[in-house]
Parts: sequence; structure tokens; C-alpha cells
Amino acid sequence: MSTFQIDFGKRDRVVGIDLGTTNSLVAFLDLTGPEIIAGEDGGRLVPSVVSATAGGEIVVGEAAKQLLLSQPDRTVYSVKRLMGRGLEDVRDELNLFPFHIAAGSESVIQLQLGEQRFTPPEISAYILRQLKRNAEAYLGEPVNKAVITVPAYFNDAQRQATKDAGRIAGLEVLRLVNEPTAASLAYGLDKRKDGIVAVYDLGGGTFDISILKLHEGIFEVLATNGDTHLGGDDIDNLLLRIALEDIQGEWGQDLSTDNEGVQRLRRAVVTAKEALSFVPSTVIELDYKNRKYVREIDRALFDRLITPIVDRTLGPCRDCIQDAGVSVEDINEVVLVGGSTRIPLVRAAVETLFRAKPHTDLNPDEVVALGAAVQAGILSGDVEDKLLLDVTPLSLGIETMGGVVSKLILRNSTIPASATESFTTAVDGQRNVLIHVLQGERELVKDCRSLARFDLKDIDPVPAGLARIEVRFLIDANGILNVTARDQRTGKEQSVDIKPSYGLTDEQVEKMILESVEKAEEDFQARQVREAQVEADNILRAVEKARRNPAFSELTEEERTAVETAIRDLQATYHSNDHHAINASIEALNAATQKLAENMMNTAVSSALKGTTI
Amino acid sequence: MAAGPHSPRDPGVTGYYELFGMERRLVLDPAQLQKRFYELSRELHPDRFVRKSEAERENALDASSRLNDAYRTLRDPVQRAMYVLSEEGFDIGEQRSGDVPPELLEEVFELNMALEELRGGDETARPQLEAAGRNFEAMLAGIGDQLASLFERWDANPARETLAEIRGVLNRRKYIQNLLREVEKNVHVSN
Repeated sequence: MSTFQIDFGKRDRVVGIDLGTTNSLVAFLDLTGPEIIAGEDGGRLVPSVVSATAGGEIVVGEAAKQLLLSQPDRTVYSVKRLMGRGLEDVRDELNLFPFHIAAGSESVIQLQLGEQRFTPPEISAYILRQLKRNAEAYLGEPVNKAVITVPAYFNDAQRQATKDAGRIAGLEVLRLVNEPTAASLAYGLDKRKDGIVAVYDLGGGTFDISILKLHEGIFEVLATNGDTHLGGDDIDNLLLRIALEDIQGEWGQDLSTDNEGVQRLRRAVVTAKEALSFVPSTVIELDYKNRKYVREIDRALFDRLITPIVDRTLGPCRDCIQDAGVSVEDINEVVLVGGSTRIPLVRAAVETLFRAKPHTDLNPDEVVALGAAVQAGILSGDVEDKLLLDVTPLSLGIETMGGVVSKLILRNSTIPASATESFTTAVDGQRNVLIHVLQGERELVKDCRSLARFDLKDIDPVPAGLARIEVRFLIDANGILNVTARDQRTGKEQSVDIKPSYGLTDEQVEKMILESVEKAEEDFQARQVREAQVEADNILRAVEKARRNPAFSELTEEERTAVETAIRDLQATYHSNDHHAINASIEALNAATQKLAENMMNTAVSSALKGTTI
Repeated sequence: MAAGPHSPRDPGVTGYYELFGMERRLVLDPAQLQKRFYELSRELHPDRFVRKSEAERENALDASSRLNDAYRTLRDPVQRAMYVLSEEGFDIGEQRSGDVPPELLEEVFELNMALEELRGGDETARPQLEAAGRNFEAMLAGIGDQLASLFERWDANPARETLAEIRGVLNRRKYIQNLLREVEKNVHVSN
């Protein structure tokens, strides 16, 4: 690990968060470098799983992962694949998810978990809130600012959805950083030498390839490419389908309609997949409802099965090399990121393509979060010698006549990047001009991704063609589009009404923030009650035991009655949902049993003395 | 819809060369340009202004997007020349479809015939198209050399005739590029 030029003043803490498809992590920068913050259970990875229980409680992480088996239709995993997406985009893979989609999910997907509905940013916000809590518990101070990583190939809507999730979770998102770029920061590759680096990032649900030029602490991304729907999940789904077919044949039963069975089988195939990175052969094993399924799978078969998936990463790699304007020989180092790069076939494919042995010194699950923490340090001023210059992964354009896209900002432009276009009116007295903004590389509107429609409103009524509205499209350092407009004749700011094609409006996000603050209060209240009840349980158990101790009979009649009364009081307030009342009863019981405790102590001491020869 | 990205800029907005603190020359040293770009990025990038006021943050966003736009333009010889042309008041809008460079008229005529034959399923046209493709590639390489010497000439003596000549060469280059794309698309599709 490299050393960092650090100047720790009294500043707001900024944490780095990797909001992953499978697991999420939070890290911070201390004097020795970036560190992962473990949760209370000691786990460094928080599974990106959220469950809404029948009792109305939201469970996140490892506990939710357990609930995936018993309450699959109330539990969400891999929600990252749904971020910033429309129903049409994910229809195919939705049948593999155990949860249901609510009606009215066309522009923002709504997940139906029991009685409640959640959008993907809200689900992600629960994960972020858990990470925030872990960081606060560890650092002993409030944490309100964060850098969050996103796949480099995320489009505008997916980035905006991630930012929304941060806001809903009560985090000011100072920057969205691309995951491969963050990984390169964590490696501190700039300390070794200047040169060209390729970062190959195959995670649970997304694939990115980025090529960077390193020069005296500047990390300049030359090009990026990828697929936001390609990752370890696809391998799991492939194995799952095969196992389901096997079971259909062996048991004569279609397990795919049995949510719990599917989730147990999913866990079995994931275990087998992970094992195959280290052993040449293993079994997929399911023991369910008194039936048993065992299938042996060796690495040769596994490799054959996943070859098409691994091959899908190679096209983007070649395109990226070409866009970066370098040749394979120019690339000095290759870095592997993401859990799926543990697979030997993936490593071999990377090695063959780049003709170099890839770096694997850092844990591929943690390297992105570590890099996010370094970027957090850059933003808070703690790290002064490094600077990231990232690019936009997709070209930005507007719809013109005939459904053709006119490109304004080309892919792989360094961000922030901007373009200015002038628009005019076609009809006398026209007051509005509608602009349709798209992202993608194709020529036609129907082949690109609709980002938003911008309505330039309240244009001065003038003859056709006379109005001149200058519109500035600016992609900020987060890769998110901002649009401003100015009437060139009057110099006046022009109002722009934005209708995002996919995702939440600002008003919807604001509403969710308010709701989440209320919920957070409820959650806090519930936690205090639960804590008081746990303490009550402990003292009640102890007193129950003490009543069977000879010391109890040594109390006066009055003292004994006082103890009994205090016990009954506590039992009464126990279910009151009022932690103040519970705590007061606990204290009363403590006071009433003081004498008893002293007597017991004396008895213990004297019996101990009896057994000792002086 | 009217002005493109190279419309004359507002007076008061710093030009790309001024931003880089460089003289307006068509031949630039890429290493020098990159060095300046990195130095200015360290000063202007939004990362440096996260803890500042909203107004300062807005300014940084503005300044660094302009810096990036400038670097993107100046590092590419063709973009750079187009920028200088627009700064010098030349119209570099979309050329009209009838503007076939006269020296290419015959080639274009034959090419269109060959393309039609191939689309009609006549495979004998393929070698002719492939030869045309190689020819266009050679022409583009020649244009690169031609531009390089015109750049030097303008740097030594900034005369408008030289710029006019550069504009002519750029238009020809674009035209040939389009032809080449057309050839590649058809040869590829029917492969």
C-alpha cells in the first residue's frame, strides 16, 4: 500500500462507499491509508440484500440474506440491476427474481414486498443507511458525506438513481466515482511509475473496462467501455437453469415456481461456483423437502458453460483499447477488480487478451471501496497529490428531424464536458420548444437510450425563426447531465422543465427523504424499545434465579413483597412500546433487589471462605 | 436549430489558446499541451472546490468543462484547425451534398455504379470496391501530409489564403471519409 500525503484538520468526515450488486462496503481514509469499516458483526461486506418483514421491519445485510430463504417474496437482492431502469429493460430477468413488481412500474420500477412498495433507490438507500450506521458506530461521530462508486458504464439515469439513493439515506453525495477508476486509486499504481493501466472489473452484475494514463499523480481515463448487465449473476442464473432442468428430470417436479426452493438452489450453485475457483471439481447439492439433488461439476465443464459469458467481456475490451488510441503493447499493467475475476477462466482470458499477468494483490471485493475512500480524501483535502480525470462512457445527443440523433458530446470525453446548441421556433408566436436528449452510440433515436425531455418554456412570442435560445448541455464530474438555457436576444435565463424518461422526479425524491426521516425516527424508537426489553429480559432472568437462592428467604416479608411488585410492574410495562417506562421499571426492580444482591454476595463470600483453610 | 459547436464565441469568454497560455499556432507539441492540461486541471477541477461556496463550485464546473473542451479540441489537429478557422471568421458549417470536389467527380461516379452492382448481388464489383477503399485510405494519408505543411505555412505567415486552402482540404477530407465509410459498410454487410 502506498503512503499518502495527509493533512488531517478538523473537517467533516467523508466516507467512501462501494454500493455493489452482491455486497456493499464502506471505507475511510486514516493516517496509514484507506481502511474498510466492519459492521457490528465483524463482517466487512454487507450483503446488498433488503427484506421487509411482515412486522413492518426492514432488515438489511446478512440477516436479510437469511430471510431470502424463508421469505423470498419479501426480500430483494441485486437491486443494482434495476437502478435507473424501466420495466422493459429488465423484463427477461425479472422471472428469475423472487419478488413481484407492482403495477404502474413503467418509468420507475416498483417492488412489491408484502404490503409495501419500494423503488430501487429506496432499497439502495436502506443499504446505504446500514453502511452509514456502521461507519458512525466505528468512527464515533456522525457521517453525512460520502463518495459512492458506480459502474463506469452506468448511464445518466443509473447515476441519478444512485445519487437519489444517497439523498434518501441522508447522505450528501459529494461525488459518484467510476468503480474501475476508484480501483486504480486504491492500487496506488502512480507510485510505481507513469504508464498505461487497464482495469478489468467483473462484478456481480456489471462489467467495466477502463484504460488510464498515469502521470505524476494524475489518473487520466483515456477510454471506458462495458456492459451494465453482465456479471456473476449471469453465471449463477445459467447454473440455476441447468440445475432446475436436472431436478425436473430427476424429481419430475418443476421447482422453478417454488420461491424458497429456487433460493436454496441458488445458494447451492453459488457455493459450487465459488468453490470451483479453488478446487478442480465440486458438487451442487440440494436437500429440500426430503428430496436430494446432487450433481458433480468439474472445472472443465464449468469453463465450457461460462465461456460465452466471459467472451462477452472481450468485445468491450477491444473497443476500449481502440478508443483509448493505444495498442496492447502500450499497456503496462492490468488490474483485476470484482469477485468474478477470481474465476480462473476469467483470469486466463484477461491474460491472453492483454498479454500480461494481471495484478491481484488487493482483495477484488474490497479494492473499489478502498479507492472510494482515497477519492473521499481528495475531496476533503486530505490527499493533495492525486487527481482523477474521468470520462463520460456514452455519447450524448439530441433528437433531430427524421428520428436521427445528432451527437453533441462524444463518448470518452473528459468530464466535466459541455456543448452549446442554439434552437429557434418553427411557428409564429411559438412559446415552447421541446428537446429530446438521448445517450448512446447509434444513429437512430429508437436505438439510443432516452434520457429526458426538456421543455423550453415561456419563449417571447416572436415570428418563426427569430427566437434564439442557447442551450448548454453540461456533463458534470459525476457523469450527470445538467441543462441550462438562455434567450440570446434578451440574455435572460430560460426556464427548463425536465421530464426524466426513467427515474424519479426531484419532488418524488424529496418526498422519500421526508418519509425516510420519519421512518428513521420510528426505527430509532423501535430500537430503543428493543434494547430496553433485552435489558429487562436479563434482569428478570437474574431475579428469577435469585428467588431460588437461600438469600431470598433471609429478606423481610416487606422486602420480598417489594421485589414481587417490582417484577410485576416490569412485566406490565414490558409490552408498552415505551422505553422510558420499561427503563423506569428496570430501575425500580434494581432498587428493590439491592438487599437481595448484597445478601447473595455475602453468602457467596462466606461459602467461599468455608472451603478455604487459612 | 442553427449554430454548431464552433460558432463564434461570445466576446469576454476566454479562447482555447488563451486558456492554455499559448500562441495561436496550428502546429502544437502534444507533450507540451498535455503538461499544461494537467497543470490547469490541478487548479480548476471541481474536486478542488468541494468545500467551497456554491458560487465557487459553479465557477469551477464551468472553468473545468471549458478546459476539457479546449483540450479535446486542441489536441486533435483537425478539430484544432476547424477551431482556428471559426475564430478567424470562416464558415465551417455542414457542406451541401452537391459539393463534390471536382477532382473526385469521376471516381464518385464509378464508385456509385460499383456499389449499386454489389447491392444488386453482383459479386464481381467487390474487388473494385476494395481497391477503391484502399485508394481512399491513401488519399487520406496524403491529406494528412498536406495539412501538416499548410499548418507550418500558416504558423510562419498567418495569411487568409492559407486558411481558405486548409478549409478546402478539410472539406475534401470529410468527403473522402464519408465515401470510405460507405464502401466499408457495403463491403462488410455483404461479406
